Amino acid sequence: MEGNLDYIINVEDMTVAYHMKPVLWDVDLNIPKSVLMAIVGPNGAGKSTLIKAMLDLIKPISGEVSFNGKSYKEYRRHIAYVPQSESVDWDFPTNVLDVVLMGRYGELGWIRRPKKRDKKLALEALEKVGMREYSHRQISQLSGGQQQRVFLARALVQNADIYFMDEPFKGVDAKTEKAIIELLKELKDRGKTLIVVHHDLQTVEEYFDWVVLLNRQIIAAGPVEEVFTEENINKTYRSSLKLARVGD
Amino acid sequence: MNLLELILTDYTLQVVSLGSALLGIVSGVLGSFAVIRKESLLGDAISHAALPGITIAFLLTQTKNTEILLLGALISGLIATLLIFGISNYTRIKFDSALGLILSVFFGAGLVMLTYIQRIPNANQAGLDKFIFGQASTLLLRDVKLIALVGSVLLALVVLFWKEFKIVSFDREFAESLGFNTDRIVLLLSFMIVTSIIIGLQTVGVILMSAMITSPAVAARQWTDKLSVMVILSAVFGAISGIGGTLISSVIPRLPTGPMIVVFISAIVIISLGFAPNRGLVFRYIRNKKNQRNVNREKILINLYELAMKHDKIGHGHHVLTIDPDIGFDKIGRKNLEKQLENFKSKGLADKDYEDKWYITEKGIEYVKKYILEGEM
Repeated sequence: MEGNLDYIINVEDMTVAYHMKPVLWDVDLNIPKSVLMAIVGPNGAGKSTLIKAMLDLIKPISGEVSFNGKSYKEYRRHIAYVPQSESVDWDFPTNVLDVVLMGRYGELGWIRRPKKRDKKLALEALEKVGMREYSHRQISQLSGGQQQRVFLARALVQNADIYFMDEPFKGVDAKTEKAIIELLKELKDRGKTLIVVHHDLQTVEEYFDWVVLLNRQIIAAGPVEEVFTEENINKTYRSSLKLARVGD
Repeated sequence: MNLLELILTDYTLQVVSLGSALLGIVSGVLGSFAVIRKESLLGDAISHAALPGITIAFLLTQTKNTEILLLGALISGLIATLLIFGISNYTRIKFDSALGLILSVFFGAGLVMLTYIQRIPNANQAGLDKFIFGQASTLLLRDVKLIALVGSVLLALVVLFWKEFKIVSFDREFAESLGFNTDRIVLLLSFMIVTSIIIGLQTVGVILMSAMITSPAVAARQWTDKLSVMVILSAVFGAISGIGGTLISSVIPRLPTGPMIVVFISAIVIISLGFAPNRGLVFRYIRNKKNQRNVNREKILINLYELAMKHDKIGHGHHVLTIDPDIGFDKIGRKNLEKQLENFKSKGLADKDYEDKWYITEKGIEYVKKYILEGEM
């Protein structure tokens, strides 16, 4: 396959179904290195499912994903994942530093405990997201924006090349949203690749340079200025009705 | 009766207390994980589901040997666990329904077999029903050694896999993305919880054993926000209840030990729910009241401020009811309101005229502008 080397992620023929209902259908997607990419689409379009399937958290019916030509398992050390903050119980008995340290667990592997160095890295990550002084705060006392920052810090200590983020702006105040996007842009400038499930169509052009319009199928994918057109957006948000009727 | 003398001299009591204490420690530690994983009810289902294992083990071997009966219980408990997870993962039946289903099917089958066994003319049969409510007085040193051995292995595994158990309990998907085989970790943890339940069946019985898993952990959670502290505290609560329940039931005749242990731990739970700092009901009530009072205080001052803004000159007085009709009409509310106004007066924020009508002072207006309205912007 020619030109493959320019892309850091290749998704081929991916189909995912829950309870016999297709959620993603025959997705082919190439993502170049060092882009800040949004995945947009209506509710139920399969945005979260797409990144979960790429991360091997959901088994697709068919399809292949490769990172720099390698499988997820082989490339895992270089991939960080920020789940939706609602996916966990924030009343869990632990503090901010502990949660960020979990980002080091992958490198530590089985049984080994985090050491001083891991703690130092975790505190540095907290510094970057402006949460250093909250390191000993119980996590149930955090606001929505602070929760997101903590999750972001947890991904930062993974020191990855590719970041997957599931709606990092959900439940976040305007100030935090600005701070997060600045951080993501900085990561991009340092050569990292970021894939972000995004909800707000109005900020796509301002925040991102690459975009995927998804509605069970890929409607369009490419540079924002080329692909993020009125026509494509309409196609993405209209076809949900059509597909739903066929699916039912 | 001298309690201390009893403890020092009564061999049976020593054995039973030691066994109950060890049991409390083990179920306190493993129970903490069941509680933070929101699987407290799993313990209930598993302990009930252990009964048919006990009866089948007896029917097959015709012995009353505790180890063999408990092995049967363990196998049956593990099968039940796998079935519960299997049903909720691979069918459309939800987790709670799967729990109820397995609990009743297994426990029902166990009761049927138990009744059948009691009808067979065999001297050995007597005593199997002790597993229903437990009979701590039948604990032998051998049984205590078994609890100690199994408990040590379980605690060692908790220490060893601490980090793994913590991360799957908090964020399983993230753990999976890091490369941990979370299915394996969760399965191991569940098997350990099942085992900790099984070793308590002789003492506490299948019906009440889930209380030993849930209660110490729930109580411990109230006092701390740290998982390690919670687990240790839960073990301490479990141990105290084990010993406390045993002692009480030995001092007062005809009190069953197992249920007494459960009553003891329940008392700890009630105290913890009520009086723990931060999470306790009393603390939260006081904090809410305090917040409410602060809010009311600000509201009264703002009302005075807004009334003043409607009039040209400062010093235009208003009747108490005008200042806050919501609370002023209530007798106690009015008294509180007047008390608050007097408080403002002493601080120079408000004053009253010769008709007992209240108005806000210059200082009060400045205060409202500076501290209250500012904060809202």
